[in-house]
Formats: sequence, C-alpha cells, structure tokens
Amino acid sequence: MIMASIRADLHIHTFLSPCGDIDMTPRNIVRMAKEKKLDLIAITDHNSTLQAPEVQRVGEKEGLAVLCGAEITTKEEVHCLALVETETQRVELQEYLEKYLPPIPNDPDFFGYQFWVDEEENVLGEVPHLLISAIEQNIDQVETFVHSIGGLFIPAHIERPRNSLFSQLGFVPPGLKADALELSRHTNPDDFIKKNPYLKLFKIIQSSDAHYIQHIGSVYTEFTMEKPCFEGLKKALTLL
Amino acid sequence: MTVKEMAQTLGLKVLAGEGGLEKKIIGGYTSDLLSDVMGYADAGYVWITLQTHKNVMAIASLKELAAVVLVKGFEPDADTVELAEQEDIPILSTTEQAFELSGRLYRLLHP
Repeated sequence: MIMASIRADLHIHTFLSPCGDIDMTPRNIVRMAKEKKLDLIAITDHNSTLQAPEVQRVGEKEGLAVLCGAEITTKEEVHCLALVETETQRVELQEYLEKYLPPIPNDPDFFGYQFWVDEEENVLGEVPHLLISAIEQNIDQVETFVHSIGGLFIPAHIERPRNSLFSQLGFVPPGLKADALELSRHTNPDDFIKKNPYLKLFKIIQSSDAHYIQHIGSVYTEFTMEKPCFEGLKKALTLL
Repeated sequence: MTVKEMAQTLGLKVLAGEGGLEKKIIGGYTSDLLSDVMGYADAGYVWITLQTHKNVMAIASLKELAAVVLVKGFEPDADTVELAEQEDIPILSTTEQAFELSGRLYRLLHP
C-alpha cells in the first residue's frame, strides 16, 4: 500500500450560505482548490448540504476529491462540521437538517441569497428558510445523529470568539465524542495545544472556513492516506 | 438572602441541587454565553440562562455561583442534573423569560 501526503481543507462555504460570496460557485471552488494544490476538500454550508453534490460532481471531472457535509449550528449556537461519505448519507443529513431548522424566512437584502447552482451557474433552487439559525438539537444530539449515519463530527473553529465550543460552552465538554477539533486560520495549532494541554487527547485539524474564493486553502491539514477519500480521511484521523 | 428565600419569593421551581438551597445570594448575572459567565460572574451570584448543557454546572461550580435559573421553562439535560446534585448547586426553573426574571430579581436584591 502506497501512502501519500494529502492536503485537505475540510471547511468551505459556497454561494448557498447567505454569507458565502457570489464567486463561490462549484467550478470556481474546484479550480481554486486545485490551484492551491489541495487534494481533498469538504463543502460545508450552514445547515444545508444542497450545493455539495454539484461541487463533488465537478471535482470528479477535474480530479479533485470533494466530500459532502454541512456546518451545523447546534441549539447552543456551536458550529460543528458533519462530513459524510455516500449520497444516501447526505440525503439523511439533509432531511435531519430540514426537520430541525426553524422556519424563519430568509431576508436576502440583510443576510444574503441562498441559491444553489449547477456547473454552468444556472440556479437549481433557493432555500426559503434562514440557514444561519440554530437547529433545534443540542450538541450531543447532533453528535449522536452524525455518528448514527456513519458521518464524521468535528466542532468547527473551536477557539473563535463567536459560535464556537469555547464561546458558547466555555470549554470542550469532557467526553465529547468528536472525531477531531477544528482550529480557524487565525490560530497556530502548536501554540494552541501548548496553551490548552487538556485538548492533547483530541485530533486537531485546521481548515480555512472560506467564504471567499481567495481564502480556500489559506490553511489546510496534512494527512497521510492511500488516496484522498472519506474512508482514507476516517482512518487518517485516527493516526493524527 | 438565601437561594430558598429567593425561590419562594419569585415562585421558582427547584429542579435539582436541593442541598445548596441555603447558599447566600449576593448578586445576579444574565447571559447565555458560557465563556462570558466564566469571565464575569462572581461567587454568590445567581446565573439566569437558557443554556441547559452540563458545562453550565461545571462553570457554576468553578465560579462558586449560588444557583442557576433556567428561563422559559427550559429543562436541564440529564447529566446537568447529575452535576447539580453532586455539587449541591440548585437548578431552579421559571416560565418567565430572562428579561422579566432579571428585573424581578434585581428589585428583590436592591429594594
């Protein structure tokens, strides 16, 4: 088995997220990820997976591995990444999010548009409900659900002053079953672990949380795996 | 004033941590950001919040708070109740929202 070093940016928004820039279309994202020499990316819009399959399709054509997922806002307003492997799992995740997202209408003038598009940038649909709301599930329920469908559960940008484990819950709850913890691009992982030695037991990843095209790959995590894919990532996370 | 007297006067239900009902109250803090409470609440304060996660009790214990009041009828998670019993820090409950309860508690402490 030949192992390779894989560069992964596992937290990227698209045009679908109300705060995602208009240039964050499937083709642009894939092009920029390749330019930045990334081998594996994950599409994680706020509380929705609807744009991810199209990015994955474009990635397949262009030779870039793309995982589908979402950045879930828990009841405590903690942002957590959920990554899945198959289309069936993605649909399950999507149904879960739609079930628990409160039906608050989006105001595009204030929050931004929530369209998803195809490769040619034709609009495929619009999400009517505000995607940045908190879903009606707490962090433990989200973790349990994501693992029940075989996904990966990774609290996002845990050290940030907003919508993070630290800001909302003060510190990482003991016993939290996280496959990894994510740091934002604003933090040096080594310094972080020095300051928070109690988190040594967790796997630490870093991703860009890109809302703008130029931020894709601004930070990434290097994994060792056979080829860039979900199974490879799952295994590589245990080795970090 | 003790937690018990506050609960009686304000009509709060005791959900857990009865062992701490004789704790003295010297003030209150209303916030749903646990990081904020960690930084700014003081010993002997009553914490008014809608957060129900077990980390609430860890912070209440760390900061030596007198009690936690959950607003809007929110119920604590099972492991939150467990910690309240262990630490003898009462969890109280009201159907009121944080604004109303904070106002009434303020008036009670600053007559």
